[in-house]
Amino acid sequence: MTTFANALASAAVVVTVGAVVVLWRHRLRSIVLALAVQGVALAVTAALLAGHEHDRVLFAVALLVLAVKAVVIPGLLVRVVAATPGARESDPLVNVPASLVVAGLLTLAAFIAARPIVALVGGPTGRLVPLGLATVLIGFFVMVARRRALSQVVGLLLVDNGIALVAFLVTSGVPVIVELGSSLDVLFGVVVLRVLLARLTAAGFSDLDQLRSLHD
Amino acid sequence: MIYWLFLAPVVAGLVAVATPWRPAVAWLGATSSAVVLVLGVAFAVRVESSGPVGTGVLRVDALAAFMVIVIGAVSLLATVRSVSYLTDEVANGHSTLRHAALYSTLVQGFIAAMLLAVVANNLGVLWVAIEATTVVTTFLVGHHRTKSALEASWKYIIICSVGIAVAFLGTVVLYLAGVHAGIANPLDFTALAAHASMLNAPVVRLAFTLLVLGYGTKAGLVPLFSWLPDAHGQAPAPVSALMSGVLLSVALSAILRLRVIAVGALGVTFPRVLLLTIGIATLLVAASLLLAQRDLKRLLAYSTMEHMGMMTVAAGVGGPLALSGVLLHIMGHGLVKGVLFLDAGEVLALDGTTRIDALRGLLSRRPAVGAILALGLAGLLGLPPFSIFVSELTMLRAEAGAGLWWVAAIVLVVLAVILAAILAHARTVLFGPSKTATASPVSFSAPLGVALGVAVWFGIVAWPLAHLISLAAKVVA
Repeated sequence: MTTFANALASAAVVVTVGAVVVLWRHRLRSIVLALAVQGVALAVTAALLAGHEHDRVLFAVALLVLAVKAVVIPGLLVRVVAATPGARESDPLVNVPASLVVAGLLTLAAFIAARPIVALVGGPTGRLVPLGLATVLIGFFVMVARRRALSQVVGLLLVDNGIALVAFLVTSGVPVIVELGSSLDVLFGVVVLRVLLARLTAAGFSDLDQLRSLHD
Repeated sequence: MIYWLFLAPVVAGLVAVATPWRPAVAWLGATSSAVVLVLGVAFAVRVESSGPVGTGVLRVDALAAFMVIVIGAVSLLATVRSVSYLTDEVANGHSTLRHAALYSTLVQGFIAAMLLAVVANNLGVLWVAIEATTVVTTFLVGHHRTKSALEASWKYIIICSVGIAVAFLGTVVLYLAGVHAGIANPLDFTALAAHASMLNAPVVRLAFTLLVLGYGTKAGLVPLFSWLPDAHGQAPAPVSALMSGVLLSVALSAILRLRVIAVGALGVTFPRVLLLTIGIATLLVAASLLLAQRDLKRLLAYSTMEHMGMMTVAAGVGGPLALSGVLLHIMGHGLVKGVLFLDAGEVLALDGTTRIDALRGLLSRRPAVGAILALGLAGLLGLPPFSIFVSELTMLRAEAGAGLWWVAAIVLVVLAVILAAILAHARTVLFGPSKTATASPVSFSAPLGVALGVAVWFGIVAWPLAHLISLAAKVVA
């Protein structure tokens, strides 16, 4: 294995481990920190690919990813955490040991589901695609297994980071205009979610069990 | 040339931000929708005479022109009604001037995002546009700022964001297939469709499944549909009309375009099995939740799911006949469902509730509101002479013609069950004695009556849409 392949694999592993850390930790502050570290690892992935392929545009994308995913979005979430009393994930629907087992199974499923992509891409990048898919699946799991409204946002961002990792690995990123558009959309989405979170808190909702008035 | 489409909504939206809200701002919004409708017709004429307009990221072909017309027509209806909706809200203190201004701005942003989605010839731009509709409409769903509205907007943005994330993954995977097939511009719809047979089949299968699940979320399809009744029930009536009447169809039209690529790469079977499965499941879920429904707006929301399911089934069957049925259905359903949501909004404003058992005797209490509800439901259930009758018949004929008798049979049985359920609910709401009868202003009944008239018109005379629909159906057949 070359240094490039090793560095790339390490960055991709950090993204997936970041998702597992979200499942493992209770304190919301650590969870947001894990997201920021994921953002850095994604930026490193993009930068490594940019260096490998001598692609200046991709390098600019790496800087954009660093700014949005490692600084701005975690920054927005930290302020929500600071405003939340007792900033902990109070007993999740699935306890931590069981969650970690599920994460293992989901990773296994990701390796199976990614086979057509791995077969098509191959090489040092293609092998890592299942790690991105595993992050996506763990993100979905966080969204259904956690009670805090903030945790759903975190789950969504895990999904998003996982998809970004897949995009970088399989194609060295989608074209820059799409990357720009999607980053902006995600950023706006997080801003909207943050406003809604503030309104939920103001209305006295603290966890999602209280969001039960609309049903059939 | 295509950029002109966005001028009117952008100007109307900016004016709503920049100036203090007054009814003129809402009238400007309605004017902007009228401009969109006129431009849609102009594009249709141009496309019919000399082919698609534009080559790059934005392109207006027959399908795009048709969708622009649908967006223009339903938004015109919704924005005209928004004028008196907002005026009343402000007058009775339910809404501040700032909220009214925000509403006016967001509705224009919503329309602009839908326009971008239908003229996008690029998978990435399509994704950005559909995601933008979610971001923009979240606050519209929560406009009433009650606890229930807050809950509905939270569910809406969370579930739709999941869906749209899945669609992005599908976009990335399809892009990968395009890159490996050596296509010069692998996000371009026309390029992908032209070279579909060169794409790697297993990868396209994965991509198409992800894209259908993802955009299907916005189209109200199984499995991620649970945002739909909550959002439609809580949103202001003109917003529900826009979401149900066009937003869902815009997402469906994206699936129609993607299906062309999938059929080119995989043959007809895989897309058909996927769309039939999802469509029939949606029909069944919608029917089961319609039966015991107790709220009028939620009833309408589940009926929208039913119609989306029916169109997905027909899209799965494929072919020009089925797809022209789908397109006519998009227009007929958009108009009729828009009218019904606006009517339900009037009921909510006057009676303070949309609970079905609390509304008895609507026809004698408020003749105009009741009559529009009765006519709208008749149109929705596919009774002649409404255009939904024609489009449902077309879709069923196409299903039977393709040898899929059992599909047509399932759809017919579900339709019969839903007919019975909605008739029973309608009887509860419409009939019953009442001592007083309150008239409704012409500003309420005139636009709704005109929209119903148009829906009847397309049921009797196909002119002037028939040629455009057959061209558009060819684009995605």
